[in-house]
Amino acid sequence: MTAVAISGVTKVFNPGRPDEVLALSDVDLTVADGEFVSLIGPSGCGKSTLLRLIADLIAPTTGTVTVAGTTAAQARRDQAYGIAFQQAGLFEWRTVRRNVELPLELRGAGRAERRAKAEEMLELVGLSEFAGHYPGQLSGGMQQRVAIARALAVQPPLLLMDEPFGALDEMTRERLQAELLAVCAATGTSTVFVTHSISEAVFLSDRVVVMSARPGRITAAIDVKLPSRDEAGRQAPAYFDKITEVRKALRG
Amino acid sequence: MRRVVPPVVVGVLALVLWELTVTLGRVAPFILPAPSAIGAQILEQRGNIVDAALASGANALTGLIGGTLLAILAALAASRFRLLGEVSVPFAAVLNALPIIALAPILNNMFESTSSVPRRLVTGIVVFFPVFLNLLRGLREVDPVHQELMRTYAAGGWTFARKVRLPGALPHLFTGLRQASSLAVIAAVVAEYFGGLQDGLGARITSAAAFTAYPRAWAFVAGACLLGLSFYLVTLLLERLAMPWRTRLIS
Repeated sequence: MTAVAISGVTKVFNPGRPDEVLALSDVDLTVADGEFVSLIGPSGCGKSTLLRLIADLIAPTTGTVTVAGTTAAQARRDQAYGIAFQQAGLFEWRTVRRNVELPLELRGAGRAERRAKAEEMLELVGLSEFAGHYPGQLSGGMQQRVAIARALAVQPPLLLMDEPFGALDEMTRERLQAELLAVCAATGTSTVFVTHSISEAVFLSDRVVVMSARPGRITAAIDVKLPSRDEAGRQAPAYFDKITEVRKALRG
Repeated sequence: MRRVVPPVVVGVLALVLWELTVTLGRVAPFILPAPSAIGAQILEQRGNIVDAALASGANALTGLIGGTLLAILAALAASRFRLLGEVSVPFAAVLNALPIIALAPILNNMFESTSSVPRRLVTGIVVFFPVFLNLLRGLREVDPVHQELMRTYAAGGWTFARKVRLPGALPHLFTGLRQASSLAVIAAVVAEYFGGLQDGLGARITSAAAFTAYPRAWAFVAGACLLGLSFYLVTLLLERLAMPWRTRLIS
């Protein structure tokens, strides 16, 4: 089964008005179960728009978006995906644990179940001891890890991420990349990951999808097979070859 | 300690300077009495000051609670119904520009002279605006990331209001309440200058001044000051209890 299937999708913002924008033009993309796909491209290429279409935060002008075998709207109502943005977007009035519990709460999960699940997810991102803290007491990197734990809390088959590490320093970013890969491998989650960092896309992905702007469209899809996704992987010749390949595709 | 000592030192120095200015400069008591004279009056009149402060405090508290509840309901309605919100803000701004204290004599004539209602009404109206305007702003400002997140959780309007909009507006509500708590005391005291039941601090200040007992008038002013301060501090305490995630008292 495919996690995401997008066919013939076009997105026009402000149709019929002077400020009409063709954000996406004739996009086709499939993401297989358990696959990690990155979307990369210059700003304005519509990579975030594409992610929001999958999340059913906006609707396509033409074409269809299928998520987990159903429509994007139904998938959203089923909480078939977890999502994380560049801003952690934590609720400052809730403790870390209750932030992670929120999606479960809205699903109507019982108190004990919520708590157990939240503890488990916080364990996964290494923040168990901060469960009782408020977000304002955490660093930016820790907040982002809480946001990831929250996105994973309902154990969705699909994870959508919009530059989740964009605001972090390089060291924190590399550590979170490794954590994210471990989490995805442990849970078998499919992932669509928007980034503007070539090295990040290559290191994380099974496939890097390269987009170009005006109008936004997919110009290349590059399969990546690193010998390993760890420190050794970051120094492998294959890693640098793929970085060069993506960079060339971006220059188009 | 570091936060307490400097203001206390400055306060004591100011009192000493005041005392010296009045005694050495031979300032007439009807212009400015010495703090020692005022202090003596505070001691002598302490029973009266407490009684008057309790009367004024009850008026201020009633007006504060009533005005706040109304303001909360109005802000909820104005944020819920778009048209109402658009109409109410300019309307509130116009009413806010009106010197509400000036309504006191009119209201006093509408009720019996033994009624506390006019003073409480004036206080309630004065309190309404800062709470209404601040809370309305808070209810309207929702982090767009929170909005998108709640949409991905398929949260309905009521859930969204309860889990995001209301807790997110709490800081704004307390900004309004902090302003309102001091205003409530001022309104309750000053409303007595224009007649009505004469049992509060305002009436005591005017009658002392009318008998040229200026240190006594100042003693009641000091009482009003303490009353306003305690209202403000209680509001700060409530704010802290309501929002434990905010570590600092005044941000």
